[in-house]
Amino acid sequence: MADKVILLDFWPSMFGMRVRIALAEKGVEYEFREEDLFNKSPLLLKMNPVHKKIPVLIHNGKPVCESLIAVQYIDEVWNDKAPLLPSDPYRKAHARFWADYVDKKMYDLGKNVSTKKGEEQEAANKEFIECLKLFEGELGDKTYFGGETFGFCDVALITFYSWFKTFEMCGNFSIEAECPKLIAWAKRCMEKESVAKSLPDRHKLYDFALQVKKMNGIE
Amino acid sequence: MSKEEVVLLDFWVSPFCNRAKIALAEKGVAHEDREEDLFGGKSELLLKSNPIYQKVPVLLHNGKPVCESTNIVSYIDETWPSPALLPPCPYGRASARFWADFIDKKVFDAGSKIWKSKGEEVEVAKRDFIEILKQLEGALGEKDYFGGDSFGFVDIIAVPLTSWFHACEKFGGFEFEDHCPKFSAWMKRCMERESVSKILPDPEKVYEFVIMLRKMRGIE
Repeated sequence: MADKVILLDFWPSMFGMRVRIALAEKGVEYEFREEDLFNKSPLLLKMNPVHKKIPVLIHNGKPVCESLIAVQYIDEVWNDKAPLLPSDPYRKAHARFWADYVDKKMYDLGKNVSTKKGEEQEAANKEFIECLKLFEGELGDKTYFGGETFGFCDVALITFYSWFKTFEMCGNFSIEAECPKLIAWAKRCMEKESVAKSLPDRHKLYDFALQVKKMNGIE
Repeated sequence: MSKEEVVLLDFWVSPFCNRAKIALAEKGVAHEDREEDLFGGKSELLLKSNPIYQKVPVLLHNGKPVCESTNIVSYIDETWPSPALLPPCPYGRASARFWADFIDKKVFDAGSKIWKSKGEEVEVAKRDFIEILKQLEGALGEKDYFGGDSFGFVDIIAVPLTSWFHACEKFGGFEFEDHCPKFSAWMKRCMERESVSKILPDPEKVYEFVIMLRKMRGIE
């Protein structure tokens, strides 16, 4: 019986992008269903009654919610190629720790950079760069966060790269100037087809961000 | 085979540390608990092993640190596979991780809000907390444990938080058993396990600790 895979998603979501990348890495055919977050579908509300959020991966009718949990699920089900997590428990724990750190920090830091003004803007930019420098430290001289191969932690973080132009324009700063190693890593990831086709155009994202700010009355 | 060295940087009242201790006990792993003085001064070892968060618990396995309690429990399950804490199938595992994540995001903060708040805020905090426990009751359903017939991953993530519930009840003026009888029954079932009852602190002592925390924060 063929697998039926549906992804309930929203094109600008860096969380949805993670699941797209994982599915692409594994060569899984799936149906992408765009959600209108102001008018959530009955299917979304039924598949994720607890959080009512995207992304939701639906595999043969059964939902998997929360992007990093979905990525791990994809890694375990389609385990014949492109392993995203290492098999060694210590290295696995290390990858999960850093992916979790991305989850705890990046969204809020990015949001602050995009929406704050004046002194608060300066502080937001500083915190954001400090966080990226931590990631640079963790990356070191490795090709990817996991070493030689693209993996879990790379998937967790690379999706924020598509938003970097937005952060730079709103924050009036250059991320590459501050974190050249991280940008080099991001460009390496973007050479992968699974990543390039899963991330939306950054100009389109910036336009979207401006619309959202306008809607929320932020200059 | 060389002897394994397992050390847990610990704090007696921390439900997050107790998750790790229960997991180690369930696996029968001999280990050393090293109590940290979180108010007096964190040890060099803690600061070096967890430079990002500088928090307990930290599991040191042959000197290599693993941080963040849910991550630690996963590591323990994968390193010492028997008895398994997570189910074997990917969907069951995803489901367990989802509820562990929900518990992590919601329970401790919601409970803490009750004893951190004043006046009308306490009522709101209480309602939110009960709502969250009801959602967990939904996940539990008619099962003995979150994973089914056996005590497992989600139970270990959830049960240490319950030693703080008595403090929430005292400050909130309620008994959660009245609102969430299934959850209460699950709690009692878990407490029958030696690994749980021996490790979790006396709720009265936790209550006294919370009184001290409130004083420190200047909450009347």
